[in-house]
Amino acid sequence: MDERRYTRDHEWIKIEKDIAIIGITEFAQDQLGDIVFVELPEIGKFLSKGDEAAVLESVKAAAEVYCPIDGEVTEVNDGLNNDPSVVNGDPYGKGWFIKLRVTDPSSIHQLMDELTYNSFVESVT
Amino acid sequence: MTLTSSNNSTSLKKTPLNAFHKKYGARMVEFAGFEMPLQYRRGIIKEHEHTRSAAGLFDVSHMGQGFLTGNDSGAAIERLVPTSIKGMPLGGVCYTLLLNENGGIIDDLLLTHFIDSKLGSVIYMVLNAVNAQAKFSYISEKLKNLVEVNPVSDRALVALQGPMSKTVISRYFPKASELVFMQAKGMTYDGVECHVSRSGYTGEDGFEISLPANYAEYFVSSLVNEPEVELIGLGARDTLRLEAGLCLYGNDIDESTTPIESGLNWTVSERRRQSGNFPGADLILSQIEEGVTKLRVGLLPQSRVSLRTGNNLFDKEGNDIGAVTSGCYSPTLKQPVAMGYLLKKYSEVGTIVYSEVRGRRLEIEVTKLPFVNTNYYRGK
Repeated sequence: MDERRYTRDHEWIKIEKDIAIIGITEFAQDQLGDIVFVELPEIGKFLSKGDEAAVLESVKAAAEVYCPIDGEVTEVNDGLNNDPSVVNGDPYGKGWFIKLRVTDPSSIHQLMDELTYNSFVESVT
Repeated sequence: MTLTSSNNSTSLKKTPLNAFHKKYGARMVEFAGFEMPLQYRRGIIKEHEHTRSAAGLFDVSHMGQGFLTGNDSGAAIERLVPTSIKGMPLGGVCYTLLLNENGGIIDDLLLTHFIDSKLGSVIYMVLNAVNAQAKFSYISEKLKNLVEVNPVSDRALVALQGPMSKTVISRYFPKASELVFMQAKGMTYDGVECHVSRSGYTGEDGFEISLPANYAEYFVSSLVNEPEVELIGLGARDTLRLEAGLCLYGNDIDESTTPIESGLNWTVSERRRQSGNFPGADLILSQIEEGVTKLRVGLLPQSRVSLRTGNNLFDKEGNDIGAVTSGCYSPTLKQPVAMGYLLKKYSEVGTIVYSEVRGRRLEIEVTKLPFVNTNYYRGK
């Protein structure tokens, strides 16, 4: 189970065993423009679905990243402190935000797969 | 995250360069009722840096252009602004403020005295896009029987800004390099009459060119092919002007702020202070004499969290002492910068004030403006 799932708020999530990795989509980074600062949660914090998982600051505005699933923060991407622009350059790779230990990995199936997300993006643009 | 969806553009006004922007990959947004480019493919930071290091090309055709004609139009417009306009030399460009009876700022604008081939001696005006037509009507109403106000709808306005703009513009208008900051002249390119002014709103040396709308795309298509030139959107226009400490009308100045509170004292000319015959003179002259209660300041957040318009400012005890009017990330300083108003006693450079963003207290240092030194060409 390593394929990405997507939210209507343009986050992506990938689960390996009980650990989820969370980021934003290519479409979202393009819409936000140059990311200049990423605020990440503390390790050990428990996030419920819909909680603020990170805050991204672009040149002009701040945007919240919502947590797509329940879980405990096990790791944050410290690399974003030095170079937040990797969110723009590599949103599905080096631009991830947090890892979570999730309580119910199967709940990811409620989220969109890639095809569904792509047609969703087309419908909102 | 919540993304603002693309606007329904059908009801928006378009500049003569609308199709051109789209052809060059602009992300279009609504601004002052116009569909305008926020940024092109390279993004705000690269566009900003390009303007500071080479030459950036901006479409500012959304701004209101118009002419004041009539005998002694300079004396007439002085009834609405605090700056000496009467007797302005031919080709002189003047930044001034349209004031209401309470000394509040209705708009900031540029006035140029020049000779038009058809109209004769005129004052050419450029004012902000927001409610431009209403403002022209206001001026017209206030100055009826004195001058005629003629808004112009068939001209585009473009700006070329940055240290290489002189080199580039000289290929089109060889005499443009003879202008110094805040001077303008009618010039022709390819037989087309243009109005070229050495001015802009980025803090850099640069030029603004008013030209017939039906000629605009031809002209900028050529300019954008110059090796030094890149297209720049409204996003970078905002970060450039904020670094340069320049006010955005509607954010940093409006009808609730006077020229003195906004630190634009120099727009109140000496002669006008003596005569005191401009709107709001009583208050403005007393503020010059006795000081103000609030003042526009530069704000330097002491962390990487940006301040944004509307953030409140507090003293150490948490008392309300002001608010942020503009804030962004500065691509030049690589940190957040902002402007806002503070009660006078907190406005001294070096004072530490506070704000709250996302539930956390931020420390902010009051600083001098501009954040980045300006680079205007004032002659040898």
